[in-house]
Amino acid sequence: MKPLFIAAALTASLSASAADVDISVQNLTQGIYFTPLLITAHPDSASLYTAGEAASAELQAMAEGGDISGLKAIVDSINADSVENPAMGLLAPGASTMTNLMTSTDNTVLSIVGMILPTNDGFVGLRNWTIPDEPGTYHIYLNAYDAGTEANDERVTGGGAPGAAGIPAAPGMDAGQNGTGVTDMEANQTVHIHRGNLGDDDANAGKSDLDNRVHRWLNPVAKVTVTVK
Amino acid sequence: MLTQINVFGVRCALLGSVLVLTACGSDNDDQAPTMPEPPAPTVYRYQIEVTNLSHAQPMSPLAVKLDSENPWWKVGEPASEALEIMAEGGDNEALLDSGGLATASGDDILGPGAQQVIEISVEDMPDSYLSVATMLVNTNDGFTGLTHQALADLEAGDSWYVLTPVYDAGTEANTERMGSIPGPADNGSGFEAMRDDVNFVARHPGVVTGDDGLSTSVLTQAHRFDNPILRVKVTRLE
Repeated sequence: MKPLFIAAALTASLSASAADVDISVQNLTQGIYFTPLLITAHPDSASLYTAGEAASAELQAMAEGGDISGLKAIVDSINADSVENPAMGLLAPGASTMTNLMTSTDNTVLSIVGMILPTNDGFVGLRNWTIPDEPGTYHIYLNAYDAGTEANDERVTGGGAPGAAGIPAAPGMDAGQNGTGVTDMEANQTVHIHRGNLGDDDANAGKSDLDNRVHRWLNPVAKVTVTVK
Repeated sequence: MLTQINVFGVRCALLGSVLVLTACGSDNDDQAPTMPEPPAPTVYRYQIEVTNLSHAQPMSPLAVKLDSENPWWKVGEPASEALEIMAEGGDNEALLDSGGLATASGDDILGPGAQQVIEISVEDMPDSYLSVATMLVNTNDGFTGLTHQALADLEAGDSWYVLTPVYDAGTEANTERMGSIPGPADNGSGFEAMRDDVNFVARHPGVVTGDDGLSTSVLTQAHRFDNPILRVKVTRLE
């Protein structure tokens, strides 16, 4: 057995130079949509977000309106290997999307982000997951984060621009209207685990435009399957 | 929970490659064949120990099977009628009748905090897959368990556990209304063939309850839950 392990160790050290990686992302929820995902392999010295720290303006644009162009420009500037929008639009509840990354030498970690709808500034996130050298299939479960940049008023107003209040859309067309707003404050202005939607049971009044039977979730919200070839 | 799953997957992959290499090495053996006696079947016997981790969600009698294929559900795909029957009403009979190398049932309701042990075995099948399912009876169509879990790398005497999340069968809307929930919170109806929900299995969003803003709910704060909800410990006895 010993020679085998030595051979494996040699292979491992060599394969750190590059990787051919299949990545699938499945939305595990029954009522939450993901906006276009950014999937990127990059150096461990960089990250798209860090829990407990304030979001960048580019992360805010993604989390409040689903716009990943700013984050894409950043990862391009550090020579990351990235895929934008593999689902060609929204990743619906229960749906999966599949893509492939050929990673270069320094891009040793994997990150994934995409806004979750309907929320004010919620996103699904994977941060700096080390891509294994060992070929095989790996499963990662992702949680929902709150960018901490917008009050979770839960009013579906179309507000998706950074700094604009409200939720841009409820793609399931199952939200209500005339909510007075759950809150107008965001006490924690750092990236943190999302506390979940509150919702209510009145489609035409109440605090929230969201439906508390449909628009809540429990973590995790996504399953990532990584196949290192 | 997540680490356990990852570790299990990695161990599986490693063992698989070692086995392949070993098999390749024996190809050149040139021993004269001997007439084999019919070997005694090798029994693979497993003990499934389950613990209900919820506050107030009794679980219906467990359904357990060993199989080589046919998971009981896939996230994102419609539930079978057998799964729907179990997830809406707690009756595991159709699920256990839907095939498998071996099946077993829990004796009784698994109450909150309670533990049960179920044994199940197959012959000459070292790489079978385990499925376990049970309804959270104080929900519309919530269930938990695992399905198509590979047991191939479990040596005799070894054990392994996983903490399982709550799934929603997607076959009945989570109205939480009086008359719609079979458990003691409501004593309402169980399985109904009509599907009035998204019609695919996914993770459960949780119960809202009357205490948290769903005025027509028969559930209370006591019935709320989070992931995980069931501990499943598997020991290979022989």
